[in-house]
This record gives sequence, C-alpha cells and structure tokens, in this order.
Amino acid sequence: MYQYDEHDQRIVDERAAQFRGQVQRRLAGEITENEFKPLRLQNGLYMQLHAYMLRVAVPYGLLSSAQLRALATIARDYDKGYAHFTTRQNVQYNWPELEDVPKILDLLASVQMHAIQTSGNCIRNTTSDPLAGIAADELEDPRPYCELIRQWSTFHPEFAFLPRKFKIAVTGSRTDRAAVRIHDIGIRIVDNDAGERGFEILVGGGLGRTPHIAKVVRDFLPYEHLLSYLEAVLRVYNRYGRRDNKYKARIKIQVSEWGVEKFAAAVEEEWGHIKDSATALTRAEIDRIKGRFHTPSFEALPNEDLDALALTSDREFARFLKNNLRPHRVPGYTAIVISTKPKDRAPGDVSDSQLEALADLADRFGLGHVVVMHDQNVMMPNVKQADLKAVYAVLEEWDLHTANAGRVTDQICCPGLDFCNLANARSIPVALRIAERFDDQDYLDDLGDVSLKMSGCINACGHHHVGNIGILGIDKAGVEAYQLMLGGDPGDEASLGKIVGRAFSSDEIVDAVSTVLDTYATQRESADETFLDFYRRAGLDPFKESLYGTD
Amino acid sequence: MALIKHNAVAPAELWTTLAADQPVPATGDVLVDLERWVSEGEALRARADRVGVLLQPDDDVLGLEGTLDGLALIAVAFPKFTDGRGYSSARLLRDRLGYTGELRAVGHVLPDQVFYMRRVGFDALELADGKSADTAIAQLGEFSVTYQAAADDSRPLFRRVARPA
Repeated sequence: MYQYDEHDQRIVDERAAQFRGQVQRRLAGEITENEFKPLRLQNGLYMQLHAYMLRVAVPYGLLSSAQLRALATIARDYDKGYAHFTTRQNVQYNWPELEDVPKILDLLASVQMHAIQTSGNCIRNTTSDPLAGIAADELEDPRPYCELIRQWSTFHPEFAFLPRKFKIAVTGSRTDRAAVRIHDIGIRIVDNDAGERGFEILVGGGLGRTPHIAKVVRDFLPYEHLLSYLEAVLRVYNRYGRRDNKYKARIKIQVSEWGVEKFAAAVEEEWGHIKDSATALTRAEIDRIKGRFHTPSFEALPNEDLDALALTSDREFARFLKNNLRPHRVPGYTAIVISTKPKDRAPGDVSDSQLEALADLADRFGLGHVVVMHDQNVMMPNVKQADLKAVYAVLEEWDLHTANAGRVTDQICCPGLDFCNLANARSIPVALRIAERFDDQDYLDDLGDVSLKMSGCINACGHHHVGNIGILGIDKAGVEAYQLMLGGDPGDEASLGKIVGRAFSSDEIVDAVSTVLDTYATQRESADETFLDFYRRAGLDPFKESLYGTD
Repeated sequence: MALIKHNAVAPAELWTTLAADQPVPATGDVLVDLERWVSEGEALRARADRVGVLLQPDDDVLGLEGTLDGLALIAVAFPKFTDGRGYSSARLLRDRLGYTGELRAVGHVLPDQVFYMRRVGFDALELADGKSADTAIAQLGEFSVTYQAAADDSRPLFRRVARPA
C-alpha cells in the first residue's frame, strides 16, 4: 500500500474542507445547480434517478483493511448498508444525502482516501492490473507509476476542464489484464532492444457509442519522460479535441479523425518543448514512491499440493480452489478472487458487514489489503496456500464464497435503469435472471471461462463491447430490449463484439444467452477450445443459425 | 464584474472590445482580436492609449510569438466555464512564449476555477457577473500543496521539498 506523506494528506484534507464550503454555498443558493454540477462532479458526486451517487476513488484498486472498515462505516451510516464496486476499481454509494457528503469526505480523508476526479471532464482514477505485484510475467510493478500519475493528475490546473473524461491504465506485465487498449491512454511497461526500461504508449481506445481500440503513438518512451509525455498528449487533446459534440469529444475521436500519424506528430512536437523540463522524473523519485508502498515481505514457504487438497475437500471448496485462485509468483502463496456475484445479488454490491469481514480477513490472512478488480470482484492477493481452508470458512460464513470466478455468471453489469438516468433499460434484473438460470455449476465449469458484460445503454459502463458475450440494453419504441453481441475481448488481442442480429425482448434475452452457450458447448472442437477461440474460428454464423433459424 | 489582480480586488477598468470590422478609436484602451494584432501591430503600437489582445478559445496562442512587445494586456476568453482551452493558452503564453505582462481571464470566470487559473499563469481575473470577489480570493488559497509543475512554479513538488522516503 502507498502510504501518504504529510503533503498527500494535506491535499485530501483541504479538498474535504473545500467541498464543505461548496456544499454550504449551494445549499445557501449562492451557486446555481449548473455551476455546482462540475464542482460536485469533480468530487465524484452524481445526480442519479432517485438520489445523489458518490463515487470514491480506489487508486489502482488497492484497499487496506482500515480503508475497507471506513467504507463499511459509510455504507452503514450514510447509505442503505451496502457499497458497490465498479469496473474502474472504484466504490460507489447510491444513496448519500448532499449534506452528509462533506462528512463522508472527512472520513475518507482520515484513511487516506478521497473522491477527487472520480467524475467530470478531467483525468480520472488510474487503473491497473489486479495481479500487479504478484504476477509471474510482470516486468515491473505498475502501481508506483500509477501513483506518480495520480499525483501528477490530481488538481492538474491545465486539465480540469477537458473536452471529456479521460482514463489512463498501466500494466507491467506481458499479458494485459488492465485493458490498456480500451483506455484514453494505455501504458505498457516494456524494455527496448538495448534492455532499457520504458513505456509503450497507446492512445485513443474507449468504448461508449463508438468503440475504438487504442493505437500505439510511441513504441518506446524512456521512463523518466512519462509525465512530460502524458502532459503533451493531454495538451494536444485539451487544445484540439472536439468540443462541439459531447459524443465526439473523447480523444479516440480526435485520434481517429486526425489519424494516428498526425496525432503522434503533434504530441512529439509539443513534447519536444517540455521533455527536459523539471517535470522529468528521476530514478530517486521513482524509488522513493516505490519505497512508500511498503511492499510486504513474504515468508519462504513450500507450495502446497492444491490438487490433493481439492480431492479431499467437499465439492464446493474443491470448485472454489479450481475456479477462484490466481497464481502468485512467490511459492506457497496464492491470490483469491472473491466473487461479488452469488445468484441473488447485484454484481458488485457488498454489504457493510461483508466489507468488515473482508477487512478482518485481510488482516488475518492477506497482509492487510485487498484489490478491487475490473470485473467488480475483490481479490486477496497475498494468501498463504496453507491458509486457504481457513479463509474459505470465513468467506462461506459471509456468503462471499461463490465459486464462479471467470465463469459466465461472473458477469459485469452496470447499474442500469434501476439507478442511472442515462440508461435505456434495466440491467441488474437481467443479470439476476441469468445468475438464476445458470446455477448448475458443473455446466458452467464445463463451459469454462466465458465473460458476459452488460450495459443498460450505449455509454457502455458495463463494457459490453469487450464481453465474449455482450448485452446492450436499448429502448425499442418505449420498450426495453437487448442487443446481443459476441466475440469481444479486452486483452492483448483486443477485439470488439459483433451484433448477432435483431434485439431480444426482456423475456427472450436469457433464453438467447442459453442458446449461445449451448451452441458453443455442442459445436466446439474440444473442451480445450474456449468460447472466444470458437467464436474466432467459427464466426457468428453458428450462433445466428441457432438463434434465428435459417430464414 | 469584479476584477481581481494579484489576490486582491482591483478598481474597474474600461477597455473597449473591438469587433473584427470595427475601426480603432483614436483614444481609449482597446482589446483587439489576435488576427488584428498580428496584422496591424505597428499601427496599434503607435497609439497613445493601451492595446490588448482578447484570445478566443480556438485561437492558436502561439500565433502571438514574436509580437508580445507593446502589448498591455492579454485577455483570455472563457465563454463557458466548461471550455478549458484557455488554461492551455495561458500555460503556453507563460512557459513557451515567456509572456510576463498581465494575463487576464474574462467571461464565465467562477470562484471555483480561480485556483487553477492562477496556477496556469493568470494574474488577473474578471469574475462573471454576480460572483463574489471575497469567495474567489478565498479560493485562490484553497490548497496549500500542489503536486505538479505549472506556470507558477516550474518544479513539481518532489523538486520543491524533500518528501519523506
């Protein structure tokens, strides 16, 4: 965990005080709702259908046990007893009162947290690989660079009123688990041919109405220039990104309209003026930030025989061991995926007492922290394999033991029309029906890893474009309907899903998903051919045929 | 329209903003657009009264390169507070072109933006109608710590102070 120093602390304290003043002025009528809007948005406060929604930043997804307990307190005292994990590794509260938000920000500041720039047309929370720091294929832990970006972007005076929101992701591994290709800027830690450390910079990815895969604008950026280069990209975007149409204002449109060569040339030109400025990083500053992460020391442990453990355990625990563990590069340790998706709960929702149980678990068995994942689950990254049985027992007690990580019921789902004033259709009820329909775990295990991602509108908060199965809620002449798309993937071979055919009604959509899964299950070459591989080999046709017949 | 200069309320000033086709009056302080300043700079510099430039969000501020002598004021327009291009214009004027004269934000300038405006190089702020100068001045000092380099300090925090290891 990055530990704040006095400067970091003062900034979040002063931010809480500033927002208290802004709320007072709003309540006193000194500022209009229109003028208040960008202020509250830059504090993560949205006006939703029924109430305000507060989005709390969880930088690169890392949460300490103390922070989990504070989030639990907020859920209990200022919300309806639960918090919601988002696809940007953040936490949302759906029911705070405006008057309470300054108190919530104070509480967050007391545990080194904030809601700064979690919304609004500014640089948002930087995200990363949930396996950062423990993945075997990692060149370098990306999180210190995320923290450097967090600090550089926090209250950056030039980039608070961009054409549109701006999202950055960093990965330090060869395998991309941070979805860098669907971010405004994606950063990959790489080594060049001379063995020097640096970054590959991708720009212009994003989902929403017009999904784009990011393009490489620089294949190698020496490490010391990270922030000056980002500044150059942001300046070219701030000056020349489109502002005439909200739906064409993301940087992906600028890159696509200009072409990547012209865009890259403009960035290089700008960067040439500032690359040797004081914004350049030093090795000492990077090392200092790394030091403040207080990376845990691991014990020298033997690897446990987990196959043997599974054989001697009951079916559910054995399934958990098979589905919910992720490898750790240190022998004797493992990461655990804690699914927030049992069949009766909205994906990503966690109660106050579950948050506290997670905090206790992290303290007892997880070196004191957890990671919020893009798929709205929570990971305990540092668990001793020898403790798995004890950890599982606690998870079971709190209904956090669902063994569906990576399976089709491990769905991503936006809040949809139940909460969101942008949505065209409900998404949570569909997710719940899917979870209910596919509750035969043996069938799910037989299908293997299939990602299902659902959004209630084209703004794509549920990342439906990059789900192996994507579901998009639309409004069809006043009636909720659902488009089905297949073949999306956010990883190294990033691809956008393709629409199969006409949309389905709310009554039909779960059957349609079932048909898709059965089509794959009966036509795949072997159990080794994943859903995505099958789609990439066979295309849409087999699915079209089974969904719509041959007419 | 309160005017704030260097963190304090300043007396109102009378500048006439000239439309592109409007003749330049013989007397009185005037604001002209970028194009006129670049093309008619010699005549404008010969005036006894002051001349400033009013930059619009889509003006390329770098067009002022080499023309800064004799400019009494650069005003940067914020027609809508959500249009942030003026922040980059200010930063480039200070950092790239080395402009040291008065740089004034005008238009939809709200107290809650002035902290950012000061940091990118504005030393004068003409607040939007009805906005409180006291609130704005208080906001100028809202944060005592900043992380990144800007026009007010070319060093990021880690080069200004010894941050703890």
